[in-house]
Amino acid sequence: MTETQIGADTLDAGTDTRGVSIRNLRKRFGDGPYVLDGIDLDIAKGELVCLIGPSGSGKSTLLRCINLLEKPDSGVVRVGDMLMGQELRDGKLHALRPRRYRAQQARIGMIFQQFNLFPHLTVLENVIEAPQAVRGQGKAEAVENARRLIARVGLADRENAYPRQLSGGQQQRIAIARALAMEPDVLLCDEPTSALDPELVGEVLEVLRDLAESGMTMIVVTHEMAFAREVADRVVFMSDGRIVEQDTPDRIFTNPREERTRNFLRRVL
Amino acid sequence: MSSKLLHESEFARAVEIERTQGTVPVRHPWRIVSGVLVGLVVLGAIVSVARNEAFQWDVVAEYFFSGRILHGLWLTLWLTAVSTVLAFVVGTILAVMRMSHNAVLQAVSWAYVWLFRSIPLLVQLLFWFNIGYLYPKISLGIPFGPEWFSIETSDLIASSMVAIIGLTLHESAYAAEIIRSGLLSVDAGQTEAAEALGMPHGRILRRIVLPQAMRVILPPAGSLLISTLKATSMVSVIAVTDLLYAAQLIYNQNFLVIPLLMVVTIWYLILTSLLSVGQQFVEKRFARGTTRTATSTSLGTEADI
Repeated sequence: MTETQIGADTLDAGTDTRGVSIRNLRKRFGDGPYVLDGIDLDIAKGELVCLIGPSGSGKSTLLRCINLLEKPDSGVVRVGDMLMGQELRDGKLHALRPRRYRAQQARIGMIFQQFNLFPHLTVLENVIEAPQAVRGQGKAEAVENARRLIARVGLADRENAYPRQLSGGQQQRIAIARALAMEPDVLLCDEPTSALDPELVGEVLEVLRDLAESGMTMIVVTHEMAFAREVADRVVFMSDGRIVEQDTPDRIFTNPREERTRNFLRRVL
Repeated sequence: MSSKLLHESEFARAVEIERTQGTVPVRHPWRIVSGVLVGLVVLGAIVSVARNEAFQWDVVAEYFFSGRILHGLWLTLWLTAVSTVLAFVVGTILAVMRMSHNAVLQAVSWAYVWLFRSIPLLVQLLFWFNIGYLYPKISLGIPFGPEWFSIETSDLIASSMVAIIGLTLHESAYAAEIIRSGLLSVDAGQTEAAEALGMPHGRILRRIVLPQAMRVILPPAGSLLISTLKATSMVSVIAVTDLLYAAQLIYNQNFLVIPLLMVVTIWYLILTSLLSVGQQFVEKRFARGTTRTATSTSLGTEADI
């Protein structure tokens, strides 16, 4: 197991070496059961963690709580030097206004299952929109960066196409380029290949593998066990809103300790 | 339906005939018959209207471009344009308020739409026209506190101003619902993706949600524009000389009621026709990215930035 114990006690240390720390995270929708029932998790900078588990186990909600698309009921999330959605002031913890936490969201990349490209904008426009709006880049600079990223995901010749003119795999690669254009500290991927035809899965995983090798900190919710096994530094198995077991992919897939992990893997492998 | 089994020899013959002669298409003789009938009815109606001396086409021609009619036409267009622009600005604000997380804004927006959609436009126009009786003076200050500034209501609100206020309040309530339906039609994933990129709320609305909502907003917005154009004719009750009132003033003197109403009718037909054509062009513009084919439309290539 990759040992990365970075606790809340190191909160005011240097900024650049830290990854993600989650403490006591709980979330439920309305009066339903807790979708996240006390999550503690640390992810080192540059680490790639795969979240696996049955549907409804809270994997996606965990990602969405990290980048504030969902507001946790309780708990604390730190990404790099940012206390997500909260701030320490006068010895108390205050919730941030949207204007403030948008700036935090901008530093976290998110890849969605359904891509969520902007259909009325071309590929290039999709990628340059946020860098111009949020990072204050000039158009020339944004376009130059975007072209480099679009080429990196292998679609240099499609910058003037609209999303609907692309295959699912191509759309997801553009979505990755769009997220990278914000130079995020962390990339969250929410089942990035689940909406793709089987023959298109490979090209997206190829791009993610390439990113992992370049040292990007990544948290990937996935059902692609082969990908998790090959690329992940660590695999976290979740069930019923809790982390059941986490270990190196080798040990998780060959010799899981927990019965629930074994049951799950027996069904999906 | 006959359930006779298709014999293998028949299948072979079908293949041969299809290859050599093709298939006889389904004929629609009744479409031709009904088309001719409808054509005859329309032609008959046109001839009957054109030949009917009571319409007095010479009078219609005489007044069609007369100064007073054109002046009324100009006022109709001006009222329509100003109140439509204002209605959609106010309507957008109301729709955004209604969809915000702020309960006060939601309630204000809901109450506005409820109130101004409930009161008939005609009643509103008369009410605003007579507001001077209710509030002879309008003053600016703190309620129940000091007064900084005050003006006679009748000085402030001229008839045309009343017309614009009444039309805007009425149309904006409808515009708000049209825009809200458009905003609701955009997939929530679009907002989420933009939020995840850290885009500010206003920019998400302007650049991501509204352009996609426009496809749903435009058809009913076009209807609202045309209905506003016609609704301006109601301002004749508060003595604003729009197209209809201009015609009324003329026929009150010369009693040529029907030909002058024909002048008004034809002008309204021309204006709504122009608006309908314009609507089609605008709809094409906002269809950007909705098809799988063709990178650029006939309306220009936005793609090359």
